[in-house]
Amino acid sequence: MSAETASTNGAPAAEAIAEDAMIEVRDLTHYYGPNPAVENVNFTVRRGEILGFLGPNGAGKTTTMRILTGFMPPTRGSVTLDGFDVVEKSLEVRKRVGYLPESVPLHTEMTVTNYLKYMGTLRRMNGRRIRRRIDDVIDVCRLGDYHKTLIGKLSKGFRQRVGIAQAILHEPEVLVLDEPTIGIDPIQVVETRGLIQELGREQTVVLSSHILPEVSMICERVLIIHEGHIVAADTPNNLAQHLRGVEQLEVEIGGPPAEVLPVLRGIDGATEVTHHPRPGINAYRVKYREGMDLRDEISRTVISHDWSLLSMQVNSMSLEEIFLRLTTAETDEDDLA
Amino acid sequence: MRTIRAVAFKEIQVYFSSPVAYIVALIFMALSGFFFVRDLGNPFPEASLSNFFQGATFLLIPLAPALTMRLLAEEQKLGTIELLLTSPVRDWEVILGKYMASLVFLLFLLALTSYYVILLLLFASPDPGPIYSGYLGLVLYGMAALAVGILTSTLTSNQIIAAVVGTGILVVLYATAFISEVVTGVWANVFNQLGFTSHFNDFDSGIIDSAHIVYFLTVTALFLFLSIRTLESRRWR
Repeated sequence: MSAETASTNGAPAAEAIAEDAMIEVRDLTHYYGPNPAVENVNFTVRRGEILGFLGPNGAGKTTTMRILTGFMPPTRGSVTLDGFDVVEKSLEVRKRVGYLPESVPLHTEMTVTNYLKYMGTLRRMNGRRIRRRIDDVIDVCRLGDYHKTLIGKLSKGFRQRVGIAQAILHEPEVLVLDEPTIGIDPIQVVETRGLIQELGREQTVVLSSHILPEVSMICERVLIIHEGHIVAADTPNNLAQHLRGVEQLEVEIGGPPAEVLPVLRGIDGATEVTHHPRPGINAYRVKYREGMDLRDEISRTVISHDWSLLSMQVNSMSLEEIFLRLTTAETDEDDLA
Repeated sequence: MRTIRAVAFKEIQVYFSSPVAYIVALIFMALSGFFFVRDLGNPFPEASLSNFFQGATFLLIPLAPALTMRLLAEEQKLGTIELLLTSPVRDWEVILGKYMASLVFLLFLLALTSYYVILLLLFASPDPGPIYSGYLGLVLYGMAALAVGILTSTLTSNQIIAAVVGTGILVVLYATAFISEVVTGVWANVFNQLGFTSHFNDFDSGIIDSAHIVYFLTVTALFLFLSIRTLESRRWR
């Protein structure tokens, strides 16, 4: 029955059954009390892919990840990981997942090595493999000098590394990282991103973030999630292109704003002109229709009025703005669907 | 089995490196010692551990929940439960591992009291029977009390609430003996059978009755079962 309805919807369903699918999420819905945290979410993660969840706080990212990792079951819908259902075959799923929760919960009274040993045993690894892997992950996460330190004495950045170390300890096929770079200093952020990209070469990685440049940098594909719904799913580049409906120029002109503004507004193709005065400088933002180039027209107009053109710059939309548009304006959803 | 042992071993390490367990041990030893010597000042003291056993059952009412309060409440508070339960470990393995750790600590406490026995043997000739049966009864009683504590620790992320509610349940199970003295007829018997006290007293008198063993093991199993179901309940809550 469900197969029929899926096929009438066309391509996406067929794509989803592709052999290299590692995670398949179908009509996922989860309620906390009467309120849905996520509603009818569908997506597929391919083997070896790095997928990013992007969304503001409370969008449903953590809920989705908790369901993926088998921590709690969905209210409705199904999630399979490597062919195993997260509810029916929870144990099989948990064997294959490495998870870093957002708050990086660790046993602060244990040393790094003892903690990793403990987590390794919980993951049902044998003693020899645990010892070998602890050496590996301490190396990969650069915890060498701290392996005998109590976790409670480590800084936030190092705790984050321990969190990642325990997630990759058992060489899981899927890594689920909830906000892996939150609350650590910029240098460590760069290191962590590099590490995730490295890991993403062999493993399937699902990560969440509310920082757009980060997701566009690390991830091959981005799901933008807002109020429990997926509002966009594409590569970071495609997302940016898709949405570049309006472009804008930033122009600084020396001249009386009262005269400049109407003249700029009169230019053919300009859809919106706004004045942004800064101390000593009058800047204007000119929005214009896609595919046009107003730079030539503007520069000639300015000179013909005997004003001075101080600077001119094309602003295409950043992911930041795309994100804002997707999550604030409803009309944009139709464009993407 | 290895995972149960890993969970238990980790918790035992925490016990022996945290102040709470030592405070519990200190209070237990000081007060149980007081119960032990209480009658020894009499002109004709009895060479038995009966006073100690009776006192210990009373002391375990607040102390057993104090030992178990941290075990699951803290994991829930800190969020470490999320990593524990997303590891390929079954819920019953988690509960059993934690429970085993608390039981080991209780046995350690009881082992410390063995010097009361040594004192008696040195200075008198006590009847060994009631000492064996008394310790057996105390271990069974402690097993049930710890299981109650595990349940309340599973129910909340607040250790204080876990300890207080656990103590409350144990007080009720201890006090049913008093209720049975007030009510009459069938109810007197029901209340008498329900609580810990009447089942423990035979052990103290040197009687090993399988009915009492079954009672304590049943209470233990029941509360551990409820703990496992509570942990599982996140799946449908």
